[in-house]
Amino acid sequence: MYDIIIVGAGPAGLTAAIYARRASKKVLVLEAKNYGGQIINTLDIENYPVEAHISGFEFATKLYEQAKNLGAEIVFEKVTEIRDNAGAKEIVTPKNTYKAKALILATGSENRKLGLPKEDELIGKGISYCATCDGAFFRKKNVAVVGGGNTALEDALYLSDIAEKVYLIHRRDEFRGEDSTVNQLKAKDNIEFVYNSTVSKLISEDRLNSIEVTNTSGEKRIIELDGLFVAIGRIPENQNFAKLIKLDQAGYVISGENCMTNVEGLFVAGDNRTKEVRQLVTATADGAVAATAAVKYINNIQ
Amino acid sequence: MAILEGNKNNFEELVLNNNGKVLVDFNAEWCGPCKMLKPMLDEVAADRDDVSIVSVNIDDEDELSAKYGISSIPCLVLFENGAESKRSVGLIPRDEIENLIGGK
Repeated sequence: MYDIIIVGAGPAGLTAAIYARRASKKVLVLEAKNYGGQIINTLDIENYPVEAHISGFEFATKLYEQAKNLGAEIVFEKVTEIRDNAGAKEIVTPKNTYKAKALILATGSENRKLGLPKEDELIGKGISYCATCDGAFFRKKNVAVVGGGNTALEDALYLSDIAEKVYLIHRRDEFRGEDSTVNQLKAKDNIEFVYNSTVSKLISEDRLNSIEVTNTSGEKRIIELDGLFVAIGRIPENQNFAKLIKLDQAGYVISGENCMTNVEGLFVAGDNRTKEVRQLVTATADGAVAATAAVKYINNIQ
Repeated sequence: MAILEGNKNNFEELVLNNNGKVLVDFNAEWCGPCKMLKPMLDEVAADRDDVSIVSVNIDDEDELSAKYGISSIPCLVLFENGAESKRSVGLIPRDEIENLIGGK
């Protein structure tokens, strides 16, 4: 029996592990993929206090080492189910069932996909969810960005300096992102705005070579391109917990700044909970809050 | 076996003329997920003698990355008897690397 099990080894989960270990609790962190979460894709973090520049990889690795050196056990298994069994939490993975007095969910979020046939097999063959990661492969080529939020706008701006031409495809006729970025985009001569349109088909031979877009009046158009960057938001990874905890319509765990959920002894930290600002610094802050609350909960039930 | 650095001059010798399995790791210095993959590839290289691992830096070797249609990294491409047999894009855990390479 562990005192605290943390699901997710991103910034929120690893920070929670640090706080829980410093309170001398027996801690297990379960991670489905890699430690660090999505921050490892960030080339240069410039908005985290103290370090003016640090790569996401270095940040994640330092945090991982810190949690491990403090005595947190970190195991790479995907959690498929959680149960609340007379107060004890049971955490199920394909290999094991673990038990803990308290549980912190810090599973983060993943890229929202278009949901079109062939999308998965074309990842790395023309489809990407990260312009700063893969943009360099599209020098002097034609690319499209799908989405209307800040990420899509910033991706389009970034790619316009690399690619020959950038199509920005958005399902509405105005953008949700910041006006200043929209104005910068409009000043570029190699960006074409494709409004009121969605991508309806991915056309490929061995790799993506064009897309079909359909506008709100039902008109279809084929755009030839080499790369398609999908920036239509993220979805929280809470699907496996929906039976036990309350989620909002978008799938986020309903919680306030105290990181509590509707289940006693079950806490949530980071991007997978309802909140206004999803940033590295708010993820680590959540880790501290959730771990402190979990420690308090354990001390009270004993 | 140690991981070898592949380039356009030695690729034929290291990969295409190899009669066994060669796992080519396309990566870059600026790529975080590539750096996370590296220690796992080091482990696989140390544990298995039935596969060679070749690392290709896509910034230095744009000819090779264009030839193999690399447009997202990390990208692992498995060659068997000099021909591509499988490929995987993105950071994957150690057991998936082993799955990609297949049995001994």
